[in-house]
Formats: sequence, structure tokens, C-alpha cells
Amino acid sequence: MEISIIALPLIASIISGFFGKFIGDRNSEIITSLLVSISAVFSCMVLYEVIQNQYEDNIIIATWINSGSLDVNWSMKIDALSAVMLVVVTSISALVHVYSIGYMSHDPHKPRFMAYLSLFTFAMLMLVTSDNFIQLFFGWEGVGLCSYFLIGFWFKKETANAAAIKAFVVNRVGDFGFALGIFLIFYLFGTVNYSEVFELIPTIKEKNLIFLGIEINAINLICLLLFIGAMGKSAQIFLHTWLPDAMEGPTPVSALIHAATMVTAGVFLVVRCSPIYEYSELALNIITIIGMSTAFFAASVALVQTDIKKIIAYSTCSQLGYMFFATGVGAYNVAMFHLFTHAFFKALLFLGSGSVIHAFKDEQNINNMGGVWKKLPYTYTLMVIGTLALTGFPFLSGFYSKDTIIEFAYLRGNTAGYYAAGIGIFTAFLTSIYSWRLMFKTFHGNFNNKNIKIEETHESPLVMLIPLIFLSIGAVFAGFVFKELFIGSYGLNSFWQDSIFFLKPLSTEHPPLWFLISTPTLVIISIPISYYLFLKNKDLPEQFIKINKPLYQFLLNKWYFDELYDFIFVKPSKKLGMFLWKFFDLRIIDGFGPDGISALIKKFSVKANKFQSGFIYQYAFVMLLGFSALLTYLIVK
Amino acid sequence: MNFPILSSLILLPSIGALFLFFTKSNNEKNFTVKYVALFTSLVNFALSIYLWIFFDQTTSEFQFVEDRIWIENFINYKVGVDGISILFILLTTFITPLCIISVNSSIKNRLSEFLIAILIMESFMIGVFCSLDLVIFYLFFEAGLIPMFLIIGIWGGTRRVYSAFKFFLYTLLGSVLMLVAIISIYWITGTTDVIQLYDLGIDAKYQNLLWLAFFSSFAVKTPMWPVHTWLPDAHVEAPTAGSVLLAAILLKMAGYGFIRFSLGLFPIASDFFTPLIYALSVIAIIFTSLIALMQEDMKKLIAYSSVAHMGFVTLGIFTIQQQGIEGSIIQMISHGLVSAALFLCVGVVYDRMHSRLIDTYGGIVSIVPKYSVLFMLFTLAALGLPGTSGFIGEFLILMAAFKDNFLIAVLASLGVIIGAAYMLWLYKRVIFGKLINTELKKMVDLNKSEIIILISLAIPTLFFGFYPEPLINTIEVSISDLIETHNMKIVSK
Repeated sequence: MEISIIALPLIASIISGFFGKFIGDRNSEIITSLLVSISAVFSCMVLYEVIQNQYEDNIIIATWINSGSLDVNWSMKIDALSAVMLVVVTSISALVHVYSIGYMSHDPHKPRFMAYLSLFTFAMLMLVTSDNFIQLFFGWEGVGLCSYFLIGFWFKKETANAAAIKAFVVNRVGDFGFALGIFLIFYLFGTVNYSEVFELIPTIKEKNLIFLGIEINAINLICLLLFIGAMGKSAQIFLHTWLPDAMEGPTPVSALIHAATMVTAGVFLVVRCSPIYEYSELALNIITIIGMSTAFFAASVALVQTDIKKIIAYSTCSQLGYMFFATGVGAYNVAMFHLFTHAFFKALLFLGSGSVIHAFKDEQNINNMGGVWKKLPYTYTLMVIGTLALTGFPFLSGFYSKDTIIEFAYLRGNTAGYYAAGIGIFTAFLTSIYSWRLMFKTFHGNFNNKNIKIEETHESPLVMLIPLIFLSIGAVFAGFVFKELFIGSYGLNSFWQDSIFFLKPLSTEHPPLWFLISTPTLVIISIPISYYLFLKNKDLPEQFIKINKPLYQFLLNKWYFDELYDFIFVKPSKKLGMFLWKFFDLRIIDGFGPDGISALIKKFSVKANKFQSGFIYQYAFVMLLGFSALLTYLIVK
Repeated sequence: MNFPILSSLILLPSIGALFLFFTKSNNEKNFTVKYVALFTSLVNFALSIYLWIFFDQTTSEFQFVEDRIWIENFINYKVGVDGISILFILLTTFITPLCIISVNSSIKNRLSEFLIAILIMESFMIGVFCSLDLVIFYLFFEAGLIPMFLIIGIWGGTRRVYSAFKFFLYTLLGSVLMLVAIISIYWITGTTDVIQLYDLGIDAKYQNLLWLAFFSSFAVKTPMWPVHTWLPDAHVEAPTAGSVLLAAILLKMAGYGFIRFSLGLFPIASDFFTPLIYALSVIAIIFTSLIALMQEDMKKLIAYSSVAHMGFVTLGIFTIQQQGIEGSIIQMISHGLVSAALFLCVGVVYDRMHSRLIDTYGGIVSIVPKYSVLFMLFTLAALGLPGTSGFIGEFLILMAAFKDNFLIAVLASLGVIIGAAYMLWLYKRVIFGKLINTELKKMVDLNKSEIIILISLAIPTLFFGFYPEPLINTIEVSISDLIETHNMKIVSK
């Protein structure tokens, strides 16, 4: 049963991808959705076993690479951590499969799309169930590949192609660090299997290395290198630029890959490697700072964007930042909890926005929407639920997970922790503002679309709404129901077993009351504030923009990261390539090498030709010269 | 084992070629000629599979050895295989029939001569990979140049003569030094028998010079930076089948030579020159990857990417570690499959549109869907995606390099990022995007023989990506033995 969880999506992908033409669109949709759903049911059964009986297993499927001391297997590791990921991945994937039947109904390439979705699910499952770093890397690049395929799914769009390549290449930059981390692990321990590596970690606590001229503790270095990989995949600041562009893909893809599952792989990696990270104070602090900065940066950019999907994308980026700083303060279980709840409400928001985009016939600019909440009652209600959950409105799922992260940051008791807690609260406020801005501009106010009439907007079909309803149930109850299981009443509990390692137990104290209520209060009062700003008194934001033009431009252009990278990396690489080719290869190497030599030989042979003049006296003269030279030599000797 | 299987492998293609030579071929009979050649090469492939099945993986001894006196007390015709060489023989016999199938109407004249050149070349290549005598090796190694020279010079594109001579000049210049080195080895030790030389060892004071002489020949053939500039020109002018042979097999002679001779005969010098190889390999990986990024001609792009891939190979070999050398051999096999496939992919569109320029194309995915899928697969294998054979080689090499030198591994890993950029960008510009050039609408998708060729290359690419054990098991013992003797010789110095 366990192996079929992984195998079914792969089979679905093969059937739909290679035989889609023969079995027809509808059949490939049904087969892929069905097989992935079965996989989801099995995953739930596994999770149940894990909860009830502390079920753990490490299934070896086959040998993969066995070279010298390197021994890598195709494997399936089941413990609390991978069981949670299994459920998140397969259940969201199954819902997105069903939703896509409706969303892609006008697309001519349905089987291909479904095949990619299933293939992605397979790769993601390989990632989360691996028992070693190399299979993890396989899944890691595999999901990146599927993401590349799906972002560029509408292959005629120039922007989609560019975004797809950007996603793959930026991720490769992260993978570069990740791969170096794996090499370092193999260098130090001679193995890449989790259990063996984790066991050996304490033995190198004091070991220092010279890496590129810098002396650094070995564990710190491993952690930082692996974290570069995590930053790439989870779109953390500096390596985030691909995620907003990835919104060029169809919306179900954004929900599945760029919100609920793939982008959380980085968080998963850090949590999975908690036995390593726990020994590296430095890496944890860096993670806290990066996570917090991302949370704030992305939220600030989301405030001024106008593309509905990009706003949600930046929101995802920001929430991933929260998850990272949770791991940074050592609260791995809380990070997993936020990952779990976030999967539901963010997928809900994305699929909901897909429903809106559908209703407006492919309009994505929120300035061209508005006033349709009565026309789209179900979508509207579900989106409201998603928004409330995301902002952390009391007793919805985001409230339990996000607020706990901020509390643990506070309880960490060091500078990075306090700093993170402060920014965390402020960002929660920003999150609330931009989320409600999106809601008000999309659904309330005047109808602003010039292309279609309000009568033409329509509610989505049932096949799209049902997955949304499932997700909204998760968004409302996941926090409340699973709180005890994931984070207990502050501290350790038996659910995670050995899958998460704490060097010292998490603090069991409670932060002061004023701290506890500050976030929910801000979240609640931000609703009337946004209502006032974006519906009642629209001039105020306009005036604010006018006064702070540079700031607005700075945010609108996403802190100019793209322009900066283009300037630092892309253009110089191209120029260097051109230079190396035209100047180095063609001018210098060829010029002095083969072309030069042949030119030289030609020149000499022309000279030699002239030498053979046919005049006896010339020959005699040369002979004389040679003879006297020889004579001189003999005399001198 | 009395049956001289290796000699049969070497001779069979030549016999087929002889047969073709005497077959009167006018244009109507084109197909017969092709079938004769194909049949010959397929028999040879079957024979090599037989060789692989009966190959004993548990020993590093040379197997199927044949030893005949050629010149008394001087040169013996001696051939044999061990784990290091057998995979290259398989690669040769596997690629040749595919090459022959790929020969089509684009070779307009002298078809039977073209096929003769391919078959003769196969003979020589197999000879290279199983010679156990330096002189015999040298003869095969140099003779391999001639058919390639002819293929480029006679059936090539417009600048074929320039390219052919550049190719010849470069490769011959390096080889002359190798010949001198072989003669010196005979003077020093009194033998050119490789097995004897392994046992005897060569005095440390001669090793450096001899190593450099061999290096000059292998570096050109690999090709290593900065003696790589013949490769893009040769590829651009060569007909498709020529490019395939060149990339898939000819380049592997040098990698094989490095392992067999540079490491095997001159261990102390190899150790001494490792930094040189590292530096040149890393420069090759980064420089040529950047150059590949800017190419406008598809064949040139793939040619430059070959230089980068071979940079990984040389890097891996001179780590002198199990993972490094195994990675290098797998990388060579993988590159043999993938670069062959990519050149064939370029050949497919060239046959239809007669242009190799990237901007001729764009937006053809819905016109040629089957082609697009297969081209995508090989693009991914070229950029080393896990699950393809390209990944295994690259990853093992980098892993070994990291153990030896952090900086080198970090720099080489940068090449992997650029690799992704240029391959995906190439694919995007050719396959995706809007269809602007309306001529492209007339393109037809892959025909049967093209599908057969590309699928036969796709299957091992994927299979060995998921399950490289058959390859690793074959080479493992020979390599661990090679490293052991290497380390012993270093210590005993």
C-alpha cells in the first residue's frame, strides 16, 4: 500500500501523457484524478497508523547508485514527518486534479496538463519519502522540472516561456548550494543516508574546515549550503524572483505547486535536517533573519501589486518566510503546522482567484474587477473564509499556526528572536491589509471591467466549487483540530517521535498577555482600516502614493531585484560569453593556433619558392656562406 | 575461449566495407548498400552484447586476450578487454548502426563510399578500445582520423575543406608527440606491451615528459580547453552521421586514453599534473558553457556543450577516486548517447528546413509534437537532470572532486547552472514561442526510422539514469584495482 501511494500518480501520469490521445480527454481526466485520489486515501490511512500506533518504516525499493563507498537506494521512509507531507501533497493534489477538469475545460491540451500534474505529484512524493539526500535531490529537481513544464504550459506566450526558464535556472542556483551541501556531507561522513548522517553529526561538532579561504565550522557550513537550496525552492529573499513570474502558469498549478506543496519543500528540508540544524546556532539565526526579511519584503510588495495572482504569490512568499523563521527559532513542529494549515487556505485562495479569473474571462488585474460579490456568491464566501484564515482571524486555522510562530520567536529569548517577533506582528498586520485590499477591490465597489458586462460574469461550475468547499473546511478547522497533535500544549509530544529532533526542549512558558492579544487585535482592526482605505475613501491611498512616489515605485517594482540581477548576472554572462567566443576562441586561439600556423607556413613557402631562383651564382654564394660558417665553427671548437 | 571474438569485432565492419566496395552501386540500389552496412553493424552489435554477457565482472584481469606476433621481439598484435574498455566497445557498436540508419537522402552522392567510411571507422574505434600494445593502439588511434577527415572533407558543408584541415592539423600535431613517447618507452623498457608495462612500471624520472607527450594528443582529441576550437568547426561542417560519430565515439578515445595510459602507465606524473588538468577542466566547463549560451547555430551550441561535458570527464578521471573515474566513464557513455541524439535532433530539422540557425525556428511544438517530446528528453539529459544518465556521471564526478578540492568542485558546479540556461534557452527558441516563420508549417513530424533511432537512444538514457548498476558493476572492479595500484606506486615512490 505504501509504495502504491508513490506509484499511482506515476502510473496516472504515464497513462495520460503517452496514451491521452487514445483514451480521450475525459478519460485521462478521470483516470488521473481517480488514481491520485486513491493515493490520497492511502496517505490518510498511513497518517492514521502513524498517529495511532507510532508506525514507522523504511522501505528499500531498489538500488540506485552504488559506487565505491557511496550507496544510494530508491527508498520510502515513513515517519510522522513524511506522513504529514504525504497527506498534504496527495490531498491537495487530488483536489486540484478535480478542479482542473473544470478550469481547463476549454484548453486543447488537457491530457498533457493532467499528466504533468500527476508527474509533479510523483516527484513531490519521492522528495518527501526519501531516506537519503540524493533521492531527495531527485525529487527536488523533479518537482522543479514539472514546475518548469507547467509554468510554460501555454507555450505560445513569450512571457510564460521566459518565466519557466527563469524558475528553473534560479532554482538551479539554489540547487547548486544544495548539491555542494550533499557533497560536503558525503565528504565528512562517507554516506548520504539520513539516519547514518544524523547519528554522526555530534561527532564533528568541533570540526572546522577551510572553505574557499574562510575557516568555518563544518556543521555550520552544511547547514548554510543546504539552506541555499531551501531558499531557492521556497522562494526566499534573493532567490525569490522566480515565484511571482511563475504565475504565468495556469491557476491550478499555482495552487498546487506554487502555494501548497513544492515551495514548502525548503521548509521540509530544514525540518527533516533538524538533527543537523540543532547543532548550528549560526545557521538557525541566519534562517530566522532570512525568513523574517522575506516575510516583510514580500508583504510590502504585495501591498501595491494589481495582479490578483501576483498578490497571492507574494503572500505565499511571505508565509514561507514565517515558516522559515519558525524553524530558525527551533520550533520545527510549529513550522510544519503552519505548512499544513497554509496548504489549505492558500490553495483555497488560489483556486478561488482562479474562479474569479474564470468569471471575468481571463482578467487578472484587480483594478478591472469589483462589485461582483452578489454574482459570485459561493466563490466570494469561500474566498472570505480563505482570507480570514490567512490573516489569522481568531479561531481559524491561520490563527493557531501563525500566532504560535510569533510566540515562539518571542520565547526564543535572543535578539534574532525578538526582532523576528516584532517584524512578525507587523507583517501580520500588512498581510491583513493587502488581503482585504484584494477582497474589496475584487468583489466590492463598482464594476470596473470594460471588456465584459457584469451580466456576463458567472459562477463557476460545481466541479470547481466542490474542491473549494473541501479546502475551506480545512481552512476553518485544520488549525483547531490538529493543534494538539502538531504542537501539543506548547512543547514536545509523542506524535513527531524521532522525525524531529530538539537539542533542548522548546520553552513551555507563555508570553505575556499583551503580547498574545496584539496580533489578533491588529488583524481584526485592519479589516475596517482596509474597508476605509480601499472602498470608502479611495483618495487617501492615491494621495499617499502621490506624496511617496519613490517608495511606491520601489514597491511596485518589487525592490528592483529583477533589474539588479539582470545587471549583475544576466547581461555580464552574455557579454562574457560573447567575448570568450569572438575574441578568445576565434581571435587568440585560432589566430595564433591553426590559422596562424598555416598562414605562417604559407608565407615561408612563398619565401622558399623565391629562394629557388635558378641562378648558379646565388647557389654558389649560399654554399660559400655555409662553408665558411662550418669552418668557423670547427676552428672555434 | 578459442574463438577470437575481439578480432572478429574489429574485422567484421571492415569485411562489410570490403563487400560494399565491390558492390556496384548506382542510385537505384542505394537501399541495398544501406542494408548491407546496417546488417554488418547489427551483427557486430550482437557480437559485442555476447562479449558483455560472457565478460567476468569479478576480476580486473584482461579477458578475451589474443596475442599474435607481428614483428618478432618488437610489436605484438595484442588485444583484450577489461572493465574500463568494454563499455566503450559497446557504445561504438551501438551507435554505429543508428548512424547508418540515419543516413538518408541528405547524402546525395557516393553513398556507398560514405557507408564504407563509417564501417572502417567502427573497426578502428573498436581497435582503439581493445589494443593492449602501444604501437597497435597508436595505429588505430591515428587511423581513426582518416575516415573522419574524409567524411568532413567530402560530404561536409560549404567550409568543409577548412574544417577538415583544421581538424587534421590539430589532431595530428598532438599525435606526433605521442608517437615519439611510444618509441621512447620502447627504448626505456624494451617493450610496448601494456600488460607488461603495467607490471614493470616506468622510471619516475621519465614519467613527466612521457605524460606530457600523451597528454598533448589526448587533450586535443578530448578536446580540452584551449585546443578545442577545431570541434565546433568540424561539427558544423560534418554531415549528421559524421557529427554523431565524432561526438559519441571519437571524443571518447581520449578519455579512455587518459584512464588506460596516463593513469595506468604514469601514475606519478598523473599525480603531479593533476592541478593542471583541474584548471583546464574547470576553465573548459565555465568558458565553453558561457560561449554555448551565445551561439546562434544549433550544432555549434551542442559542440561547445560537448567541450564542457568532456571537461567534467577529465576532471573526474584525475580525481583518481572510485566515484570520480566511475562517474567519468558513465558521463562518457551518457554523453555518447545524449550528444548523438542531440546532433540527430538537429539533423532532423536541418533535413526539413536546411538551416541550423536557431532563429529560423520557433513555435513548432504543435507541428512536430513527437519530435518536441524526444528533443525535450535529450535536452534534460544534457543538463543533467536526475533520472537521466547525465545526472549520475556529473554528480559522481563532482562528489569526488569535492573530496579533493572544494574550490574546483564549486566552480565546476557553476557550470551546471549555465548548462541549464543554455539548453533550456535553446529548446525554448527552437520549439516554443509563436510561430513566425510560416515556412515551418510545412514541416513533417518524425518518420519511422527517425523515431526508431531516437527511441533507441532514449531508452538507455532513462534506464541508466534510474538504474546505472549494470554499468557500475561492469567497471567497478577494474577501477578499484586501477586506483589501488596507482596508490601503491605513489607510496612506493
